[in-house]
Amino acid sequence: MKRGHKLIAALVAVAVVASACGGTGTSGSTATATATATATATAVARPDVIVGSTNFYEQITLGELYSQILEANGYKVTRKFNLGNREIVEPAIESGQIDVDAEYLATLLAFVDKNGTVAKPTTDPKATQIGLQKALDPKGLTVLDYAAATDQNGFVVTQATASSKSLKKLSDLAPIGNTLVLGGPPECPQRPFCQLGLKNTYGITFKDFKPLDSGGPLTIAALDGKQIDVGLLFTSDPSIVAKNFVLLDDDKHLQLADNIAPVVRNALLNKDDGTLPRLLDSISAKLTQAELNDMNKQVAVDKADSKAVAAAWLKKQGLIK
Amino acid sequence: MTALGDLVRWLTDPVNWEGPHGIPVRVFEHIELSAISVLVALLIAMPIALYLGHTGRAGFVAINVANVGRALPSLALLAFGLVIAISLGLGLGFWPTVFALVPLAIPPILTNAYVAVREVDRDIVDAARGMGLSEGQILRSIEVPLGLPLMLAGIRTAAVNVVATATLGALVAGGALGRFIVDGLALQEYDQLMAGALLVALLAVATEVSFAALERATVPAGMRAIR
Repeated sequence: MKRGHKLIAALVAVAVVASACGGTGTSGSTATATATATATATAVARPDVIVGSTNFYEQITLGELYSQILEANGYKVTRKFNLGNREIVEPAIESGQIDVDAEYLATLLAFVDKNGTVAKPTTDPKATQIGLQKALDPKGLTVLDYAAATDQNGFVVTQATASSKSLKKLSDLAPIGNTLVLGGPPECPQRPFCQLGLKNTYGITFKDFKPLDSGGPLTIAALDGKQIDVGLLFTSDPSIVAKNFVLLDDDKHLQLADNIAPVVRNALLNKDDGTLPRLLDSISAKLTQAELNDMNKQVAVDKADSKAVAAAWLKKQGLIK
Repeated sequence: MTALGDLVRWLTDPVNWEGPHGIPVRVFEHIELSAISVLVALLIAMPIALYLGHTGRAGFVAINVANVGRALPSLALLAFGLVIAISLGLGLGFWPTVFALVPLAIPPILTNAYVAVREVDRDIVDAARGMGLSEGQILRSIEVPLGLPLMLAGIRTAAVNVVATATLGALVAGGALGRFIVDGLALQEYDQLMAGALLVALLAVATEVSFAALERATVPAGMRAIR
């Protein structure tokens, strides 16, 4: 989800531009929208919002969360989901084809500031957010509050392993690492955010490493079948909830902070009275890892409708009625 | 030329020859995986081929059905084998790969063994029958020994195919020499990748040579005189 093909990206970007140009005519009729809004006695004029997303389930759920809370507060929302990968969505928000999308702090910073000239992503979400804002300033974009939920490398164990060895956080692995087998993508032993980082940051030396896949079905099956004890999955992987795995807390902050945060165009914020950032921040404030993973499991494993899942969550959190 | 230098350096680095992930272990895993796959294929194909060859029945149909095995993409079978192995609790790696390799090994074994039995001179078989040999005795002491070189040629083809294809196992977390290729690609360590490819090729050639020698050694004395 973090890589892309430049040619395809360019082609799709052109297509998005074309469709967005066609769309300006209709969405330009703000007068009607404002008229209805005033008629329904909400004194303030709400700007129209286009919410975009990349092309996987988590992004669509997040897009729904943002869209539904805005709609519940009198905004007219257009959804442009499933646009493609970041190579497509980031240029789209920069050029105004979409106004809001859900992003991941460290990955977006590395994407917009490829050489790290403005700021480098760190393991600290606050510092990464500040760096990201600096890199987004010239693009006319603002990153709002980030959520506790992340989508980054995470190390998981089965419930049985966790309880028998009383594991909660990664540093718990240090004394018993030499009895455990780690599983992950084949490149893991030499990657700073994988086995190499676990050794340098946490002092964990594993008994063995089993090359599998990047947080895919092999890793899940190997954990399930006890062929490995510790596996690398993405922190928001739906199987963590579905298989009752235990995500070990990254207590010494090995991973770059890929916390989820809304990114908004300044042009939209200027038309708004401050309600929109307040609403989106209220989602981030409640979006913990467990809450996100539960929604991901409902959508990706139970095949529930992301619209319904988002609505139920917003109601449960008291964010909409 | 630097690539060749890297390759030689990788192959001569003692680190790569030690431990549970070293070259000797991977070669052993590769032979084990290939041998089990060919053995399973033999157990399935041989009885069918001998029966059909001896009776001369339905051989055409059996060979064509077996040939479908050649058309099935091994990669698809590997994926299918993975799903089955996980649901049966057989784990990753070894058994899913065997599942993909067996259909690859069956066609040459089946076809060659069938033809080997059929091609035995009918006059010899009739003479044996006239002398009062039972059907089982004819198969055991006439048809199989005379057809053995051709049967072994089929097993050789199957074994070489299997050795060359067993690298796929690394895609489903298996061991064997494919590990060097898959890991080399993931780590962009092309010396490791090339070394893996070279070792597989060498093992395939070694398989070919040893089976060829075996074939020569099993030619019955009577047939050798004719040549």
